[in-house]
Amino acid sequence: MRLAHAFALESDLIRADMVEATEFPHLVQRYGVRGVPRTVVNEAVFIDGALPEDVYLAHVLEGPSP
Amino acid sequence: MVLFSERDRRETQDRLKDLESPVKLITFTQEQECPTCRETGQLLRELSELSEKLSLEVYDFQLDTAQVTRYQIDKIPATVVTGAKDYGIRFYGLPSGYEFATLLEDILLVSRGRSALRPETIERLRALDRPLHLQVFVTPT
Repeated sequence: MRLAHAFALESDLIRADMVEATEFPHLVQRYGVRGVPRTVVNEAVFIDGALPEDVYLAHVLEGPSP
Repeated sequence: MVLFSERDRRETQDRLKDLESPVKLITFTQEQECPTCRETGQLLRELSELSEKLSLEVYDFQLDTAQVTRYQIDKIPATVVTGAKDYGIRFYGLPSGYEFATLLEDILLVSRGRSALRPETIERLRALDRPLHLQVFVTPT
């Protein structure tokens, strides 16, 4: 989570939401969240777990054009 | 209703002493059909009283549509952490437990206006050519 918010701080093109899973069950269902943290990038790329900075960045950058 | 114990208050106040530039928390709420809105508002009010550099704005999710659009809010409770500008940092749901620690770190981050990311990470982020929307699902414990 902290990485996602740090990424948002450093790029004007990134918006990063922390979503409290238990309060939004419809989103948990929509994005198939079975464990946390799970990151969804542009509705298309899914990243599970807390990863090192370089690995997380590589996955985030796989996000397609919206 | 007071959510912060005296000890929490002192510890939080101590961490907020490191604030550099002012930080504004913006929360979106509504009275009905939002079980955690009230508690979120109370938490943010108590928090914002702990530093002169911290302020709070409250908007109604249904009535303040211009602000809802401006900050791209699609659910509540929502909390935006802004500083010199809107960096795109959002919380949806009550930021309690572990997420409260994240909120505090974000406040310090936004106040500094720079992250502790590696220079090569920052370089790649600044070279982005398309908008990215990250949704990170978490639980409070």
